[in-house]
Amino acid sequence: MGMGWTHLGASVVAAFLASLVEFVEALTVVLAVGSVRGWRSAIIGSAFACAVLLSLVAGLGSTLTRIPLPVIQLLVGTLIVLFGLRWLRKAILRAAGVIPLHDEDAAFLKSTMMLRTAASPLGSWDRLAVATAFNITMLEGTEVIFIVIAIGAGGRGLLFAASLAALAALIVVIGLGLALHRPLARVPENTLKFAVGVLLSAFGTFWVGEGIGIKWPGGDFAIVGMAVAYLAVAGGAVSLCRKRSQIFRVLGQEQ
Amino acid sequence: MDWLRATLREVLGLFIDDGSFAFAIVFWLGVIWLTTRLFHAFTQWGGPILFLGLVLLLFESAWRTARSRRQAGRKTTP
Repeated sequence: MGMGWTHLGASVVAAFLASLVEFVEALTVVLAVGSVRGWRSAIIGSAFACAVLLSLVAGLGSTLTRIPLPVIQLLVGTLIVLFGLRWLRKAILRAAGVIPLHDEDAAFLKSTMMLRTAASPLGSWDRLAVATAFNITMLEGTEVIFIVIAIGAGGRGLLFAASLAALAALIVVIGLGLALHRPLARVPENTLKFAVGVLLSAFGTFWVGEGIGIKWPGGDFAIVGMAVAYLAVAGGAVSLCRKRSQIFRVLGQEQ
Repeated sequence: MDWLRATLREVLGLFIDDGSFAFAIVFWLGVIWLTTRLFHAFTQWGGPILFLGLVLLLFESAWRTARSRRQAGRKTTP
């Protein structure tokens, strides 16, 4: 059976949303660098990191095509399961109020404070600013690359579609950053992470199963079924964890 | 080299947040892989079992973390 629209559509959505979350986090720090230490350093650091990341993609992409598909599905599927379930678990705990939500405004303030208190550049070359922009772009970009390769490893043509989705997310975030010149604090990051966690967990489970040799009932549609089931279970886990949290708060206040 | 160390730490952190959760996932995948190799008939209904195990592990990890945070908060509550 060839790759269906279900598989392709879900892959593109997962790659786009996951990349969007990572680029928003990178943009916060790059904006802090640009507004405090100058845009030249921010752009040079980010552009250099992008070049390193692109060469990594080119190298890994060509290597992946030489490995048999079941092996890739098993290895990459395992990594996706670990990655997706980790995101989903964190999103559940954040939605339930067990751990705090990620705050882009707070991250921006923290970065600007750190950059302001640091020593000013001696020459025209601001090493701290370039290094900060480079580091954050490398860190978040590495996650994007992993997501794109992991999603793209599932079938022929998927890598290209996932790369385009990530590129679209990058363009959206850069466009919003240029237009607003401030962190994208209103992006519902935890909701996006929840959605991406659900999709990646479903993909990962499917590919691990394929790699092992399991025959999924319903073929590619098993991905949709598992995504719906993961969503239902995660929703149930949020309300249960939240209820227990509230009970504790009441008990804590009474004591 | 700091960025390389930070990147490696970040890459590892992509997959492992709660160590016992990550270990349990890999262990479960190993069990399913081994069972499929030993019993060929398992390929027909191994999918739902694989999925069910992962769902249970996710639920258990979230529940355990919520409970341990509660207990930690309880201890620090004056």
